Amino acid sequence: MKKASILMIVGPLFLLGLYVFPLWNIMLGAPQYPEPLGMNIHIDGIRDVNEFDLQNIDGLNHYIGMRKLPKPEEMWEFSTFPLVIGGMVFLGLVIGVLGYFKKVSYGWFMGWFVLMSVLGVLGMYDFNAWMVDYGTNLDPNAIMKLSNPDGTPMSYKPPLFGHAKMLNFGVTSLPSTGAWMMFTGMMLILAAFFVGWKANKAKKSKIHSSS
Amino acid sequence: MKNYKHYVFALLGVGLLLAGCGNQNGKSSSNGALSSSAAEKVYVAPGEQDEYYAFLSGGYSGNLTVYGLPSGRMFKEIPVFSQFPTSGYGYSEETKPMLNTSFGFVPWDDSHHPDISQTNGELDGRWIFINGNNTPRIARISLSTFETEEIIEVPNSAGNHSSSFITENTEYVVAGTRFSVPVPQRDMPINEYKGNFKGALSFISVDPEHGHLDMKFQLLMPGFNYDLSHPGRGKSHGWFFFTTYNTEEANSLMEVNSSQNDKDFIAAINWKKIEEYVNNGGGTKMPANYAHNVYDEHSHTATSTMRKEVLTVDPTKVPGAVFFLPTPKSPHGCDVDPTGQYIIGNGKLSADLTVHSFDKMIAAIEGEKFDGEAYGIPILKFEDVLAGTVKSGGLGPLHTEFDGKGNAYTTFFISSEVVKWKLGTWEVIDRKPTFYSVGHLMIPGGNSRKPFGKYVVAMNKITKDRYLPTGPEMEHSAQIYDISGEKMELLYDFPTHGEPHYAAGCPAELLAPKSKKIYRLTENKHEFATLTPNDARVERNGNEVHIYMSTIRSHFTPDNIEGIKVGDKVYFHITNHEQDFDVPHGFSIIGQNTSELLVMPGQTKTSIWEPKKVGVWPFYCTDFCSALHQEMQGYVRVSPANSNIELSWSLGE
Repeated sequence: MKKASILMIVGPLFLLGLYVFPLWNIMLGAPQYPEPLGMNIHIDGIRDVNEFDLQNIDGLNHYIGMRKLPKPEEMWEFSTFPLVIGGMVFLGLVIGVLGYFKKVSYGWFMGWFVLMSVLGVLGMYDFNAWMVDYGTNLDPNAIMKLSNPDGTPMSYKPPLFGHAKMLNFGVTSLPSTGAWMMFTGMMLILAAFFVGWKANKAKKSKIHSSS
Repeated sequence: MKNYKHYVFALLGVGLLLAGCGNQNGKSSSNGALSSSAAEKVYVAPGEQDEYYAFLSGGYSGNLTVYGLPSGRMFKEIPVFSQFPTSGYGYSEETKPMLNTSFGFVPWDDSHHPDISQTNGELDGRWIFINGNNTPRIARISLSTFETEEIIEVPNSAGNHSSSFITENTEYVVAGTRFSVPVPQRDMPINEYKGNFKGALSFISVDPEHGHLDMKFQLLMPGFNYDLSHPGRGKSHGWFFFTTYNTEEANSLMEVNSSQNDKDFIAAINWKKIEEYVNNGGGTKMPANYAHNVYDEHSHTATSTMRKEVLTVDPTKVPGAVFFLPTPKSPHGCDVDPTGQYIIGNGKLSADLTVHSFDKMIAAIEGEKFDGEAYGIPILKFEDVLAGTVKSGGLGPLHTEFDGKGNAYTTFFISSEVVKWKLGTWEVIDRKPTFYSVGHLMIPGGNSRKPFGKYVVAMNKITKDRYLPTGPEMEHSAQIYDISGEKMELLYDFPTHGEPHYAAGCPAELLAPKSKKIYRLTENKHEFATLTPNDARVERNGNEVHIYMSTIRSHFTPDNIEGIKVGDKVYFHITNHEQDFDVPHGFSIIGQNTSELLVMPGQTKTSIWEPKKVGVWPFYCTDFCSALHQEMQGYVRVSPANSNIELSWSLGE
């Protein structure tokens, strides 16, 4: 259980990477942008990959009537997410320490993992909903109004994961360093659960065999 | 079977090239026969970049052109001494002061010899300098913005030709006069030239941090023609060498009268000694009047200041600083090899090259083995300083460059060829024709301690049948040769703009990574900048109207302006709000008596418009900036001079 608890203490620390590294990255490349434009989505806001990228993405998007990319203060997510992540790190540490002193069982580790997973899925759902809104809720006075072959207005929702072709741009959207660190941390906690579970099983069988 | 297949593909490849289709995929073949082809050596596939930058002077265009080697593709014309309507240089209010001189606004010059800044004798890629020959000036161009940043006029000079060569730590950019003149200028009979005219050699210091130029001192030499020059380097660092002609001091029918002496001189100047002399208070301050024009990258504005004094030095007052090395037949080019040991005088009226030895020169000076003097300046004995003679068999040697592997390459104007010879043994190794009548040649870094001896570019004076004919007037021609092997190989032939005299080249990686992409709007310190669209406005001050206008794809702010009157002087101050690479906006308005403006991202430029007719007059963006470029336009309403219409401006109302 000691080993498992140490994993449970180390795991949440990886989430701290989200305060430094971006969660998600979206790159937009086009023939006239040999150096693609890019945005890094951090838990507290959207930032340039290269200086002025956001300004230039906004400049291009105005042709098709997309709103400007949100400033941190324009979306509640960017003030809430850091608190949620901080809370989860704190909670994980508390569970780990309590586990170390055998105050709580390894089941709590799984509890943390499930809660984090639910929050993660909610976060992704929210992120996707924002992108749908951003990509389809267009200015009716847009300079260029394009339609799909079936006559419906073209939307410009970037892919949540992977690559999509949007007009002259190829858009690639992938998790970034922060997300990978979070993923690693969560895997450590999953491992903590299994190590704890195994140790417990071994202990139980030991008790059984000795009796 | 496999080999046979390769053979067939090779033949197909050759067939395609012969058919003129070119190799579109850009993948180089590993096939031996093809890899040695000249075409492949100069072929830079679409999307790939050249190995070297080459900066060719524009001669009578007054500018500097930027090329890539080995492709011979021209990338940019940098306006230096000439007005350039393409960008508005010399037309915009910000850049007009760059062309100010003691003769007023001079919108043209004859640019000759570019030289890239050096540290420890190696190219450092900070700046490139070039001389204006006609109204003597020296310019400094930034190699991060590729724009002219500074121009200093050279007083007491005329025909600023033995310029603009720099010392090996860019301590000085040196400017010598080709035509001697009365110093100071005065009204006197021309035929009293002899003994009365002077040849000023100017040492202009370069501020190591900002590159700012300052006229440190002028050496007032006898009234010869100081034709070309080069710095000593390595062991000869601290010296400068100038070729002279017209040591006869003739003042008419020069082609005959200044070609009489069997030998003219190379003047060897110990500038360190003279620097020490002036630092200790030596020299004479002389009243002068010359312009010093500085362009600031952040205010995007040039200012012109008149300087009123110059420090002159009489060479006879600094013993041991100046010597004459006799050199046959009106030498033209004066070149120093990468070690600093050999000084080559290219005797343009002879077949041979004269090579002087720096060590022998120092020994002769120390031994005081003089062969008389000229105007108090000791003349060394020809035999005492001679290292060797290159018996080339060519005619009219002009200029020599070096490959850093112990070889020298000399152009021969009269016999139209480049001759490769060996330093030390003076034997001729190879010769290749040029097309035609070659002037200068250039090896990247060929005028430094560390040449990059892969290519040489020969710049020719006569084009004739090299390209499709374009009437009597044609661009000049250049040829590029591969010099990596024992024998030179002619690779390619390309037209050049204006009349390139000298050129300077350097590896691409020295400049490409630091080439600026945009000017930062947050660093824009222009007096009339419009930093946000909310600051866009129109202000009247008497009949002067200032329009603070911003641009972004794809509109001007404001784009409707009323209340302008006939007789007003309207200043359009255009700030480009783009911060994206390669998105300039242009500005032009009907009846503008100057040129358009081409405004780079983050930059502010100003154009004056003096409306002469009542009406509603359009202006528009001249650079196809976006899909809505055609919509990037606006109107100015011009009312009669006595109208009461209030100034107003708007966008999208």
